[in-house]
Amino acid sequence: MSPTTPAAGEKRQITVPVMADLAARNESPEILFWVGCAGAFDDRYKRVTRAFVRILDHVGVKYAVLGLEESCTGDPAKRAGNEFLFQMQAMQNITTMNGYGIKKIVTACPHCFNTIKNEYPALGGDYEVIHHSTYLQQLINEGKVGVTGGESFKGRRITFHDSCYLGRANNIYEAPREVLAALDADLVEMKRSRANGLCCGAGGAQMWKEPEPGKKDINIERTEEALATLSGAAAALQNLGGVETETDAPSQHSLQGSIIAVSCPFCMTMMSDGVKNKEQENAVQVFDLAELVASAEGINA
Amino acid sequence: MLQSILFLLLLVAAFGLFAWQVRKIWANIHVGRERDMSGHPAERFRKTLLVAFGQQKMFKRLTPALLHLVVYVGFLVINIEVIEIVIDGLFGNIFGFHRSLKFLGPVYDVLMATNEILAALVIIAVAAFWWRRNRTNPVKRFTGVELRAWPKLDANVILYIEVILMVALFFMNTADLKMHQMLGEEMPGTFPVSSLLVGLLPSDAGTLHVLERIGWWAHITGIFIFLNYLPSSKHFHIIISFPNVWYSRLVPQGQFSNVESITHEVKAMMDPSYVVPPAPTAPDGSTLAPTSFGAKDVEDLPWTNLMNAYSCTECGRCTSVCPANLTGKLLSPRKIIMDTRDRMEEKYESPLIFRPNQYGPEAKHEPVTDLMEATLLRGKVTPEELWACTTCNACVESCPVNINPLESIIEMRRFLVLEESAAPNSLNVMFSNIENNGAPWAFSPSDRFNWADDLFAAEKPAVTVA
Repeated sequence: MSPTTPAAGEKRQITVPVMADLAARNESPEILFWVGCAGAFDDRYKRVTRAFVRILDHVGVKYAVLGLEESCTGDPAKRAGNEFLFQMQAMQNITTMNGYGIKKIVTACPHCFNTIKNEYPALGGDYEVIHHSTYLQQLINEGKVGVTGGESFKGRRITFHDSCYLGRANNIYEAPREVLAALDADLVEMKRSRANGLCCGAGGAQMWKEPEPGKKDINIERTEEALATLSGAAAALQNLGGVETETDAPSQHSLQGSIIAVSCPFCMTMMSDGVKNKEQENAVQVFDLAELVASAEGINA
Repeated sequence: MLQSILFLLLLVAAFGLFAWQVRKIWANIHVGRERDMSGHPAERFRKTLLVAFGQQKMFKRLTPALLHLVVYVGFLVINIEVIEIVIDGLFGNIFGFHRSLKFLGPVYDVLMATNEILAALVIIAVAAFWWRRNRTNPVKRFTGVELRAWPKLDANVILYIEVILMVALFFMNTADLKMHQMLGEEMPGTFPVSSLLVGLLPSDAGTLHVLERIGWWAHITGIFIFLNYLPSSKHFHIIISFPNVWYSRLVPQGQFSNVESITHEVKAMMDPSYVVPPAPTAPDGSTLAPTSFGAKDVEDLPWTNLMNAYSCTECGRCTSVCPANLTGKLLSPRKIIMDTRDRMEEKYESPLIFRPNQYGPEAKHEPVTDLMEATLLRGKVTPEELWACTTCNACVESCPVNINPLESIIEMRRFLVLEESAAPNSLNVMFSNIENNGAPWAFSPSDRFNWADDLFAAEKPAVTVA
């Protein structure tokens, strides 16, 4: 696209296309990338946003973002019972997107995904909405992303933490696993996974409040399970509550270099905090799918 | 003749009393808000076949699923014999016949043999169920604040009645079989279990006839009593879980209901020319639109959520997978469903025959003297329970009969926020951040696009697709 094509290994600046500019040129994008508030403001999740944009840019799809015109989908308000605020937010966003004639939306946030896909239609917003895990799986399946040429994850132990709003809420369990499978890593499942997956503790507006009094924080419970799964700590896995199906006894592994993979900004915060709380941040890293794919593809700068 | 008249009276009384009780439950469920659950019959039929008849969701946990399957199939098959008992009871004594289905021949042999084997398995399964609940260290989900007093007793009473019914069945069959043997007659049907038990009974034809009658009457009377126990018990699920699954939601679990009255208000705010359509009216001219947002008491919940409460068999799968409950918070989805039933029976139709399905005064909430003031919200369910929910849908996913505790939780949160402005302060801060900054955090909206500054990618030739 640029007149002079730099050689491999060089850095190239990406100018993210904004919807208002496209509309001014009378153009329309193939997909709208819905960034979400965490993707736009949270320092950790901004890295996910940037990784995902590198992938979009790399595969050459015609995309755009709303930029300053994007506003909270209203998800936290709705889960907290503030239906009025939710609908105000939803109508504002729908007006913006319908004004641009948006048809297809990709987002890296399961909460935005669920809200726009399932709750906007009743308010006049009908779009094809895709979560980035499904989109990445499609890119890999189509061969547009080869997950080669960058960092190798071969043999690294990875466990995937299901996001409630992707999994139980919308029955998306396989797409993120297929993306991880393409990395040729050593994928291990937690006992409470897929439909039986344990929440990170942040959904339902818990992200913005202190937990109610109890024995433990939910993210600690979940992180302990993830760490025990990665290291194969049989004793710790024995006493988990709420397990629906038992699994075979695990084998022992070093935690060093293993990864907890997530697909949601809130899960990212909760699991990262949990790993720090367990003082394992030097051994175990928490990554979003988009970061792993961009690294494996060798396009992170 | 006397036996036939007695039986007819018993039959009419049993079904009459049962209908009277079901009518009360029907009325309680209709206290709820209107909700259109019509349409999609093919999808609903499929779901009912899989989840209700096929027990699909039970099989996430194999041991209880198999035990439950035995009792469930036993219930279905053994009830075929009840048809025979009713025919015999009404006409057998008048026309001098017994075991009216014996004309089925080899099919009757198979039916009786299946019945006996299932009845024996039911006794074993019920014993296992009792052990799981009553041993020193019971299965964890059979404990908890809401599983004391009446609910704990109820669970055991059901198991005892089931054993009594099965024992009466064997008593009846064994006496009948031995009597036929004594008289040198051929007994219709095959009885693999009873034929092992004949040695236990006396060898006198007259006594055996009396014992057979006792067994027969005990079995059918037991069934009639059990039938009329159901409406007071969690065991009512054997009937209402079928319509409950039929009328369960078909939309993705993540989709929360839309509040239409708010939609009109918001549209009118954004566009002054928007005309709010008139609220639907009842035939008597009164408006059907809800007068408040969310749910404070049972009549504010949709009728489906009230039917949920009558479908709950208090198995506790929901609570056992709830992340809040697992980490020691007060929230227990099962308790919210049980509280809903208790409240319906406290405020509306009740008690049925026994006292309402309550777990006793030791419960967490303060005793309220005025029952009308003890609304579902605050009277039974505390805000602390509601705010502990992460809306993760684990409870909804786990329920074998598609009960949705999350919907009730959200309806009560709506009341707290929209009617009482009683959200935790940190959530009020989040609300005002969204209003002012368009984000739940206190960031300046003008910084929203800063993430795209100085964004570089490592150069790499794009993969060309052939």
